[in-house]
Parts: sequence; structure tokens; C-alpha cells
Amino acid sequence: MKALSQRRRHPLAAIALLLMGLLLTGGIYAVASNANEAKAQTTFSASDIEEGEKLFVANCATCHGMGAAGTEDGPSLVGVGAAAVDFQVGTGRMPLQMQGPQALQKPVQFTDEQIRQMSAYVASLGAGPAIPGEEELDLEGADPAAGGELFRVNCAMCHNAAAAGGALTRGKFAPALEGVTDKHIYEAMITGPQNMPVFSDANITPEGKQDIIAFLNIIEEQGSPGGADLGSLGPVSEGLFIWVAGLGVIIAFTVWLTSRSS
Amino acid sequence: MSSSAAGHQYQPKTNVGKIANFVDTRVGGSAIVKEFGRKIFPDHWTFMFGEVALYSFVILLLSGTFLTFFFDPSMAETHYEGSYVPLRGIEMSVAYASSLDISFDIRGGLFMRQVHHWSALLFVAAVSVHMLRVFFTGAFRRPRELNWVIGGVLLILAMAAGFTGYSLPDDLLSGNGLRIIDGVIKSIPVVGTYISFFLFGGEFPGTVIIPRLYVLHILLIPALILLLIAMHLFLVVVHKHTQFPGPGRTNDNVVGYPVGPVYAAKAGGFFFIVFGIIAAISAAFTINPIWNYGPYDPSPVSAGTQPDWYIGWVDGALRLMPGILAGFPFEWEIPFPWGTNTLSLNVLFPALVPAGIVFTLLFAWPWIEAWVTKDRREKHLLDRPRNAPTRTGIGVAGVVFYCVMWAAASSDLIATHFMVSLNDVTYWLRVLVIIGPVIGFIVARRIALALQRKDREIVLHGRETGRIVRLPHGEFIEVHEPVDEYKRYKLVSFDSPVTLSAEADVNGHVSKGEKGRAWASKFFFEDRVAPVTPAELEEAHSHGHHGEVASEHDKAAISNK
Repeated sequence: MKALSQRRRHPLAAIALLLMGLLLTGGIYAVASNANEAKAQTTFSASDIEEGEKLFVANCATCHGMGAAGTEDGPSLVGVGAAAVDFQVGTGRMPLQMQGPQALQKPVQFTDEQIRQMSAYVASLGAGPAIPGEEELDLEGADPAAGGELFRVNCAMCHNAAAAGGALTRGKFAPALEGVTDKHIYEAMITGPQNMPVFSDANITPEGKQDIIAFLNIIEEQGSPGGADLGSLGPVSEGLFIWVAGLGVIIAFTVWLTSRSS
Repeated sequence: MSSSAAGHQYQPKTNVGKIANFVDTRVGGSAIVKEFGRKIFPDHWTFMFGEVALYSFVILLLSGTFLTFFFDPSMAETHYEGSYVPLRGIEMSVAYASSLDISFDIRGGLFMRQVHHWSALLFVAAVSVHMLRVFFTGAFRRPRELNWVIGGVLLILAMAAGFTGYSLPDDLLSGNGLRIIDGVIKSIPVVGTYISFFLFGGEFPGTVIIPRLYVLHILLIPALILLLIAMHLFLVVVHKHTQFPGPGRTNDNVVGYPVGPVYAAKAGGFFFIVFGIIAAISAAFTINPIWNYGPYDPSPVSAGTQPDWYIGWVDGALRLMPGILAGFPFEWEIPFPWGTNTLSLNVLFPALVPAGIVFTLLFAWPWIEAWVTKDRREKHLLDRPRNAPTRTGIGVAGVVFYCVMWAAASSDLIATHFMVSLNDVTYWLRVLVIIGPVIGFIVARRIALALQRKDREIVLHGRETGRIVRLPHGEFIEVHEPVDEYKRYKLVSFDSPVTLSAEADVNGHVSKGEKGRAWASKFFFEDRVAPVTPAELEEAHSHGHHGEVASEHDKAAISNK
């Protein structure tokens, strides 16, 4: 104790104390919380992994490298999990058509079986988010109103409050969410594709994710209660509409009304 | 008028006649009808935009009254229990909940909300087009300068009415708009914070702003607009309406139809046409779907957040303003003895400078032009835009300036819809907002001058018919058809001010102001295309011109084809 009290005014004492505090809280949190624990409980067979590797070598390794270790053209896929592969390939974003600010959606290039095999292979390389199963995607009892609130706080700044999409910097963008399957929305939230941040289960609970999906489904199903929505793009499209269509029709009438005089 | 005087008393025989006589002998209705019903209004389709604005305003009053029956501007907190499922149980203000009730639970409420909002957009658009028409045709000149100023104030009031209304539903979109206004107010040096606290009753957003805006929106601003409309229309009656030049139309007369019965019927019918168009649009197209945005919460900001089109240019200017330009920061922190004050020029400049330039020029324009031309006579005949090339160029520059800033307010939509980088859109628009108006000015002025030259050509040599005729001696000519006198009158009778060089005052001294005026006069009129004079016309006809038919023999050949 004497040694400790002698050194308590040492210049590095504050830093040492801070380090100890950080280590302690971080360690306790890591032990107590399993929210960020990588999940790889999905069971893939050995043959899935084997077939998946063949597909990977033929279609993905050019950019992602042998063993998915990554190259200059593509990131390493070790630890991204099956969900990332299922999302990227399942929505047609991968294989990449060309390098650019962001991978664009295009027709899906592989069968569901092949996507499963590639997912299996990538999942075998390191633990990562698994493809959400029926339990995660069960929307029974989900609260769309709560989902709407979560969506506005976490998603609307990029995807637009009506999920119509929006621009990001330098050619990147957040896509519109109409027509995206429940599974892909869930996967996007847990893997953070392209420029999207990861919304881990600590950030938005699985129930919250289900609420968000329920909200997106309900606004997609209900359509637009007030008539044609002009793209849900906000006041700019409304302004353009009144100038072009509204005033256009009115000018046609003014010309008609004054045409008989001269 | 002396029907109540002693002596001969008119005795109506029918019931209708009795009622009419009763009214007439008490309010003098027949004199009003006699005077006003015979008022002449010239007919031209561009003269009807003021009417469109007036009718939109009437529709705004009608639909707005309906909305006030159900809207509750309280910012008290409540939980929504209406029929829109995706928001049920969410905490929100009473204002937003009542807006949702109007949209989903009150019969016809959504339709009336959409009528109100669409007619608001049309109102400001019609006011703008009306002002552009007045500007480009020179209808703001003496004696109408004050009416032009009233119109400018009406435009500002229309924007204010629109903005206060936009903020009332207390949804996320309107709250974001208010947050920007709050930021702009706070960027005003020294007093900004105090004004913001005064307006919002404390820190933003507080609990008083919606009721306060509501009072402005339904009481003060509409009352001012009504008052100014009354003054505006009164001055129209006093000045009489302007007309385009034409045979028999002079600065001392008005050629057109009397108000009663033709014009009154047309104008009355036109009200229902405008109402019908707005109703059709409101029934088929949604506007401001507040249920999409959710209740206001200061933390989220949705992508695609923009103001309505008439405020959009200010938002666009804010988006275009760089924070740092060539190492020069626009945000300064100035140390004072009492603490550090922040001067946010990157907010203050774009919010105030473009609007300041546009409205200063707008209000001062009638006097600027009178100063340049030294022409202070009354003008009741309009200019065709081509016959005032410099004015037309400046007007187009203003339109381009506005449009670039409006485009900047939708820079994110341009980026996503044309698959380009948001940053590049911003850089390009920053350049365009400076050079776009200059290019617009040059191009519009050149086009106006070219059209004037074409008019001269048509007057002197006639219209090209496209008929190519081969003469007996083998020459091919195109037949020109002379314009008739009515058409020619339109093409030659216009004001064409000339360059006035600087003149010395009584002391023989040429002041600096006069030199500046001479420079402006040169800038305005040195390229002018003069109207064809009778002498020129005479010469063109007697001396012949290219393709002039030489002999009677040739003339016969042409007429036979």
C-alpha cells in the first residue's frame, strides 16, 4: 500500500487509472452482454461448403481473393457471415457489374441453392451474422407504429421517411425499400451492406427489427391514401407538378377564354 | 339617382322590380353597375394570371375555414388513437394528431387539406407568373409603380402565409423547416439568439410556436393580404388596365369588352374552372402526406426534406453555400471581453443575400428604369418583351438565378435520379448560380434583338411564303407576301428609347450620378433595333428589294405559279 500511495501523484497515474477503469467496464460488459456475439448457429453440410467454395473460386475470387482474404479490388469476407452473402448475392448486387461508388442492384445471377452454398462457404471461414430464420422473421405481434418510430430515428435520414430512398455523398445512395423482401431488410440491418451502418442486436433488438419490417410492409401495402404520390419525393415534386401540370392546364383555359375576342 | 326626390317617383310593377328599387334607392346600386359594368377590360390570355391568383386565394379562404373547424394548434402531448395504424399509440402533439384526424377520420378532410395545400402552391405560382408578365411587358411603369410595389409585398405575404401554414401540422417535415428558420434567425449577429428565444418562447422547439404561427396564418397574414388585394384592385380600376399596342389602341383609351355582361360571365366562369382544376388535382394527387413523416422530434431528419417551392430557393442557397472557400472560413468565433460570439456567415449570407438582391431589385425596378430612360410619362401601352431587350434579359437572369437555387434545393433528388454524384451537382450549381444569370441575360437579350430584326425584315420585305417561283428568264425567286396593315401596326409601333449621354446641370457640371446614368443608358440601349419608320417603309416599297419582280410579265408568271 505504501508503494501505491507514494506513486499516486506520478504523472502517469491518471492514465493508468483511466486504463484500468476502461478495461474493467469493457471486460464486464463483454462478459455480461452477448448481444454482439457473432452467431454461426446455422447448420450447413460439408458438401454445401465444398460446392460453395467452387462457386466462390469461379465467381468471386477475382476481387475477394483466394480464401476470401481480400485484394485491392474487394474486401476480405472472413467473418462477414452467411447473411452478408445472402443479401449481396440474393439481391443481385454481387457479383459486381463494375467498380463504382456503390454496387447496383441487377437481376440475381445464382439460384437459391447456389447462394446457400456460397453462404455456407463464407460462413465456414469465420463466425458472422447468420441468415435470419423463421423465428427472426416472424412478424406475429410486431408493432408497426413502434417500427415507424425506430425507422424515423435510425433509417429515414438516408432512406427517406416514406422509404423512397435518398442521396449520399459522391454518387452513393440509399435505395428505396419498396419491394425488398423481409429477409433482405433484416440482413441489411445486421450486416450493413455498402454504406449502411450495422444495426446490431444491441442497437436495435430483434423485436425492433421485426417492428421496422412490419412498418415497411404496412406502408407498402396501404399505398398512398391521398392519391398518386408523385414519387413520395416531397415538396420539390409537388412544386414541379403545380408549375407544369397545374399552370399548364390553367394557361390552356386562359387561351381558350380569350381566343374569341380578336 | 334622384328617385327619392319629390316629384316623379318611379313605381315598380313586379316583385323583382320592387326589391331592386328598394336596394337601389338605399345603396345606389344602379350607379355602381352603370359605372363599373361599363368598365372596359382588354382581353389577352396573359392578363388572367392575376385573376388565377385571386381565385386561388378565395379557394384558400374557403378550404382554410373548413380546416380551422377541426385543427387544434396545441403543442400539448398526446397519444394518437385515430385510424392510421402505423402511427397508433405514438406520442405526438395535439396539432399533429388533429391534422391526422383531418386526414383520416373527418369526412372530406383529406380532400380539403389537399385543396388547401394545392391552391396555396398555385396561389404563389400565379402571383409569380402575374408579376413576371407585368415585368416583361413593362406594366409597372408610371402610373402603376405603387401597384407594382403592392404586388411585391403581396408576394412576400403569400410566401409568409405558405410558410406559416407549412409549419402548422407539426410533423417531421414542418419541424425540420422551422429548425432551419431557427438556425437562420440565430445566425443574425448579437440579437439572433434573443429573437429566436422570443419567437419560440424559449429554447427551440418549445411549446408556443405552433399556436403563434396559427394566429399569424389564419388572422394577421390573410387580413393583410385581403387589405392589399383591395388596394391592388382599386388601383387597377383607377389606372385602368394596360393593353398591348395595336390599331386604335393608344395611351389614352382602353380597347376591350365591358365588364357586364361578357367579361363578368367569363371571369365568374373562370373562377369555377380554377376551382375545378384544383379540385381535380386534389382528388387525384396527394400533397404533403404528413402521415409519412411522423411527429416532430428534433433528432431525426428525413432524406428528401425540402420546403415548398416558393421557399425552396432559400433552402437551395443554404445548400450551395460553402463552409470554407479557398481557405477562407465563413464561420468566425470572435472573442469579446464578455465571451466568444459566433458569426455564422455561412448561414447568414445564403439566407439573406439572394432574397435581398431579388427583392431590392424588384421593388426598385420601376424607378431604376425611369432613371435610366429619363422617361417619366404615363405608359398605358405594353411592351412586347422583345421590344425591351435589356429589361427582358435582366428578367430572364432573375428567373435563372431563382431556378438554379430551386434546383439546388433538390440537389439530392437530381443526384439519385440522374445517377450523378451529389458533390458534383453541388459544385456545378455553385458555378451556375453565378454565371447562369449572366448567360441567361446575354442569350435572352440577343434573342430579343434578333426577333426585333426579324420584325423589321417582315415589315420591310414581307413574310417568306416558301413559294419558289422560276421566272421566264430562268431566275428562281422566293415570293414574299407583304404583311397587312393591322399586323404591320403591331410590328412598328413600339417605344424604342435611345441612348442618352450625360447632360450637364445648370452650372455646367456633369455629376457622377449623371455619368452613371449615361453608362446605364448606353448599356440598356446602345444595341437597340429601331422600329421601321414610314420613310424606310416607303423606300423599301418604291426601290424594290431582293427578289423584286421586274416586269408585268414576271408578275403574271408568279400569280399563275
